[in-house]
Amino acid sequence: MDDGAKVFKALADPTRRKILDELADRDGQTLFEICTRLTMKHQLGLSRQAISQHLEVLIGAGLVIGRREGRYKFHHLDSGPLERLTDRWRRTTKET
Amino acid sequence: MRVYVTSVLVDDQETAHRFYTEKLGFVTKNDIPMGDTDRWLTVVSPEDPDGCEVLLEPSGHPAAKPWKEALVNDGIPITSFQVDDVRGEFERLRGLGVRFTQEPLSMGPVTTAVLDDTCGNLIQIMQMNA
Repeated sequence: MDDGAKVFKALADPTRRKILDELADRDGQTLFEICTRLTMKHQLGLSRQAISQHLEVLIGAGLVIGRREGRYKFHHLDSGPLERLTDRWRRTTKET
Repeated sequence: MRVYVTSVLVDDQETAHRFYTEKLGFVTKNDIPMGDTDRWLTVVSPEDPDGCEVLLEPSGHPAAKPWKEALVNDGIPITSFQVDDVRGEFERLRGLGVRFTQEPLSMGPVTTAVLDDTCGNLIQIMQMNA
Protein backbone atom coordinates (compact mmCIF):
# COMPACT_ATOMS: atom_id res chain seq x y z
CA MET A 1 0.00 0.00 0.00
CA ASP A 2 1.46 3.41 -0.89
CA ASP A 3 1.54 6.20 1.67
CA GLY A 4 -1.50 7.96 0.23
CA ALA A 5 -3.55 4.78 0.38
CA LYS A 6 -2.52 4.28 4.02
CA VAL A 7 -3.74 7.78 4.87
CA PHE A 8 -7.08 7.26 3.12
CA LYS A 9 -7.54 3.87 4.76
CA ALA A 10 -6.74 5.36 8.17
CA LEU A 11 -9.22 8.21 7.64
CA ALA A 12 -11.98 5.92 6.33
CA ASP A 13 -12.80 4.74 9.85
CA PRO A 14 -15.01 7.02 12.02
CA THR A 15 -13.34 5.95 15.29
CA ARG A 16 -9.93 6.90 13.91
CA ARG A 17 -11.28 10.28 12.83
CA LYS A 18 -12.61 10.77 16.39
CA ILE A 19 -9.13 9.98 17.74
CA LEU A 20 -7.67 12.65 15.46
CA ASP A 21 -10.40 15.11 16.58
CA GLU A 22 -9.45 14.52 20.21
CA LEU A 23 -5.72 14.88 19.52
CA ALA A 24 -6.50 18.13 17.70
CA ASP A 25 -8.35 19.27 20.84
CA ARG A 26 -5.25 18.55 22.97
CA ASP A 27 -2.02 17.26 21.51
CA GLY A 28 0.09 14.72 23.40
CA GLN A 29 -2.18 12.19 25.11
CA THR A 30 -1.59 8.90 26.85
CA LEU A 31 -3.49 5.83 25.67
CA PHE A 32 -5.58 6.16 28.86
CA GLU A 33 -6.65 9.71 28.02
CA ILE A 34 -7.61 8.74 24.45
CA CYS A 35 -9.66 5.80 25.78
CA THR A 36 -11.32 8.05 28.39
CA ARG A 37 -12.27 10.66 25.79
CA LEU A 38 -13.74 8.09 23.39
CA THR A 39 -15.76 6.50 26.18
CA MET A 40 -16.90 9.61 28.05
CA LYS A 41 -17.30 12.12 25.23
CA HIS A 42 -18.35 9.85 22.39
CA GLN A 43 -19.91 6.88 24.21
CA LEU A 44 -17.75 4.50 22.18
CA GLY A 45 -17.57 1.28 24.14
CA LEU A 46 -14.30 0.07 22.66
CA SER A 47 -11.70 -2.04 24.41
CA ARG A 48 -8.31 -0.55 25.13
CA GLN A 49 -6.86 -3.15 22.77
CA ALA A 50 -9.15 -2.06 19.94
CA ILE A 51 -8.20 1.59 20.45
CA SER A 52 -4.54 0.60 20.54
CA GLN A 53 -4.98 -1.11 17.17
CA HIS A 54 -6.64 1.98 15.70
CA LEU A 55 -3.68 4.02 16.95
CA GLU A 56 -1.27 1.62 15.23
CA VAL A 57 -3.07 2.23 11.91
CA LEU A 58 -2.85 6.00 12.43
CA ILE A 59 0.85 5.70 13.33
CA GLY A 60 1.42 3.54 10.23
CA ALA A 61 -0.16 6.27 8.09
CA GLY A 62 2.04 8.92 9.71
CA LEU A 63 -0.97 10.79 11.12
CA VAL A 64 -0.05 10.05 14.73
CA ILE A 65 3.39 9.97 16.27
CA GLY A 66 4.07 7.98 19.45
CA ARG A 67 6.61 9.76 21.65
CA ARG A 68 8.27 8.15 24.65
CA GLU A 69 9.11 10.44 27.53
CA GLY A 70 10.77 8.52 30.34
CA ARG A 71 8.26 5.91 31.50
CA TYR A 72 5.33 7.61 29.76
CA LYS A 73 4.15 7.39 26.17
CA PHE A 74 2.31 10.27 24.51
CA HIS A 75 0.51 10.40 21.16
CA HIS A 76 0.77 13.43 18.91
CA LEU A 77 -1.15 14.49 15.81
CA ASP A 78 0.89 15.00 12.63
CA SER A 79 -1.11 16.68 9.87
CA GLY A 80 1.86 16.50 7.47
CA PRO A 81 0.47 13.57 5.42
CA LEU A 82 -2.86 15.42 5.02
CA GLU A 83 -1.14 18.53 3.69
CA ARG A 84 0.82 16.46 1.16
CA LEU A 85 -2.42 14.83 -0.03
CA THR A 86 -4.29 18.08 -0.57
CA ASP A 87 -1.25 19.84 -2.08
CA ARG A 88 -1.22 17.18 -4.77
CA TRP A 89 -4.52 18.40 -6.24
CA ARG A 90 -4.04 22.04 -5.41
CA ARG A 91 -0.91 22.11 -7.57
CA THR A 92 -2.75 20.38 -10.45
CA THR A 93 -5.49 23.00 -10.28
CA LYS A 94 -2.93 25.81 -10.49
CA GLU A 95 -1.21 24.29 -13.52
CA THR A 96 -4.33 23.96 -15.65
CA MET B 1 -18.51 -5.67 55.72
CA ARG B 2 -16.92 -2.27 55.17
CA VAL B 3 -13.98 -0.91 53.19
CA TYR B 4 -11.43 0.51 55.64
CA VAL B 5 -8.25 0.47 53.53
CA THR B 6 -7.16 0.50 49.91
CA SER B 7 -3.57 -0.10 48.93
CA VAL B 8 -1.15 1.51 46.52
CA LEU B 9 2.05 -0.43 45.77
CA VAL B 10 4.90 2.05 46.21
CA ASP B 11 8.54 1.70 45.15
CA ASP B 12 9.75 3.25 48.38
CA GLN B 13 7.66 3.79 51.52
CA GLU B 14 9.57 6.81 52.83
CA THR B 15 9.41 8.63 49.47
CA ALA B 16 5.73 7.73 49.24
CA HIS B 17 5.03 8.94 52.78
CA ARG B 18 6.53 12.33 51.95
CA PHE B 19 4.69 12.63 48.65
CA TYR B 20 1.29 11.60 49.97
CA THR B 21 1.53 13.89 53.03
CA GLU B 22 3.63 16.87 51.88
CA LYS B 23 2.32 17.14 48.30
CA LEU B 24 -1.11 15.51 48.21
CA GLY B 25 -1.96 16.70 51.75
CA PHE B 26 -2.99 13.43 53.41
CA VAL B 27 -2.14 12.83 57.09
CA THR B 28 -0.49 9.78 58.66
CA LYS B 29 -2.95 7.38 60.29
CA ASN B 30 -0.88 4.29 61.08
CA ASP B 31 2.86 3.69 60.95
CA ILE B 32 3.66 0.30 62.41
CA PRO B 33 6.93 -1.61 61.79
CA MET B 34 6.37 -4.92 59.99
CA GLY B 35 9.50 -7.04 59.84
CA ASP B 36 12.95 -5.61 59.11
CA THR B 37 12.22 -2.71 56.81
CA ASP B 38 8.54 -2.77 55.85
CA ARG B 39 5.88 -0.71 57.63
CA TRP B 40 2.10 -0.84 57.86
CA LEU B 41 1.90 2.74 56.69
CA THR B 42 -1.46 4.33 56.04
CA VAL B 43 -2.56 7.88 55.33
CA VAL B 44 -6.00 9.40 55.42
CA SER B 45 -7.71 12.55 54.20
CA PRO B 46 -7.75 15.37 56.81
CA GLU B 47 -11.28 16.09 55.54
CA ASP B 48 -12.34 12.57 56.55
CA PRO B 49 -9.96 11.31 59.27
CA ASP B 50 -12.12 8.28 60.06
CA GLY B 51 -12.64 7.46 56.39
CA CYS B 52 -10.97 4.90 54.16
CA GLU B 53 -7.18 4.73 54.59
CA VAL B 54 -4.63 4.50 51.81
CA LEU B 55 -2.05 1.82 52.56
CA LEU B 56 1.35 2.71 51.08
CA GLU B 57 2.37 -0.88 50.55
CA PRO B 58 5.89 -2.00 49.55
CA SER B 59 5.98 -3.25 45.95
CA GLY B 60 8.64 -5.87 46.59
CA HIS B 61 6.92 -8.73 44.77
CA PRO B 62 8.69 -9.41 41.45
CA ALA B 63 5.41 -9.22 39.52
CA ALA B 64 4.76 -5.69 40.78
CA LYS B 65 7.43 -3.93 38.73
CA PRO B 66 6.40 -5.06 35.19
CA TRP B 67 2.72 -4.59 36.09
CA LYS B 68 3.28 -1.04 37.33
CA GLU B 69 5.49 -0.16 34.37
CA ALA B 70 2.87 -1.39 31.90
CA LEU B 71 0.17 0.73 33.53
CA VAL B 72 2.36 3.85 33.55
CA ASN B 73 3.32 3.27 29.90
CA ASP B 74 -0.34 3.37 28.92
CA GLY B 75 -1.13 6.26 31.28
CA ILE B 76 -3.48 4.19 33.44
CA PRO B 77 -4.01 5.40 37.03
CA ILE B 78 -3.92 2.81 39.82
CA THR B 79 -6.59 4.60 41.83
CA SER B 80 -8.63 7.79 41.98
CA PHE B 81 -9.03 10.44 44.68
CA GLN B 82 -11.93 12.90 44.83
CA VAL B 83 -11.34 16.66 45.08
CA ASP B 84 -13.67 19.69 45.01
CA ASP B 85 -11.74 21.47 42.26
CA VAL B 86 -9.52 19.51 39.86
CA ARG B 87 -8.17 22.60 38.13
CA GLY B 88 -7.31 24.27 41.46
CA GLU B 89 -5.54 21.10 42.67
CA PHE B 90 -3.76 20.79 39.33
CA GLU B 91 -2.38 24.34 39.65
CA ARG B 92 -1.44 23.85 43.32
CA LEU B 93 0.31 20.51 42.73
CA ARG B 94 2.04 21.63 39.56
CA GLY B 95 3.39 24.55 41.59
CA LEU B 96 4.89 21.97 43.96
CA GLY B 97 6.64 20.25 41.06
CA VAL B 98 4.17 17.37 40.61
CA ARG B 99 4.20 15.85 37.12
CA PHE B 100 0.85 15.35 35.36
CA THR B 101 0.38 12.91 32.46
CA GLN B 102 -3.13 14.21 31.86
CA GLU B 103 -4.07 17.82 32.48
CA PRO B 104 -7.63 18.59 33.64
CA LEU B 105 -10.25 17.22 31.28
CA SER B 106 -13.97 17.92 31.67
CA MET B 107 -16.30 15.23 30.37
CA GLY B 108 -19.92 15.84 31.33
CA PRO B 109 -20.45 14.68 34.93
CA VAL B 110 -16.76 14.50 35.85
CA THR B 111 -13.52 16.43 35.51
CA THR B 112 -10.31 14.41 35.89
CA ALA B 113 -6.53 14.76 35.78
CA VAL B 114 -3.73 12.21 36.21
CA LEU B 115 -0.51 12.70 38.16
CA ASP B 116 2.67 10.73 38.92
CA ASP B 117 3.13 9.78 42.60
CA THR B 118 6.96 9.44 42.14
CA CYS B 119 6.69 5.89 43.49
CA GLY B 120 5.85 4.11 40.25
CA ASN B 121 2.13 4.92 40.02
CA LEU B 122 -0.22 7.26 38.27
CA ILE B 123 -3.06 8.65 40.38
CA GLN B 124 -6.28 10.16 39.04
CA ILE B 125 -7.93 13.09 40.77
CA MET B 126 -11.58 13.71 39.95
CA GLN B 127 -14.40 16.06 40.78
CA MET B 128 -18.11 15.57 40.31
CA ASN B 129 -19.51 18.45 38.25
CA ALA B 130 -22.73 19.95 39.57
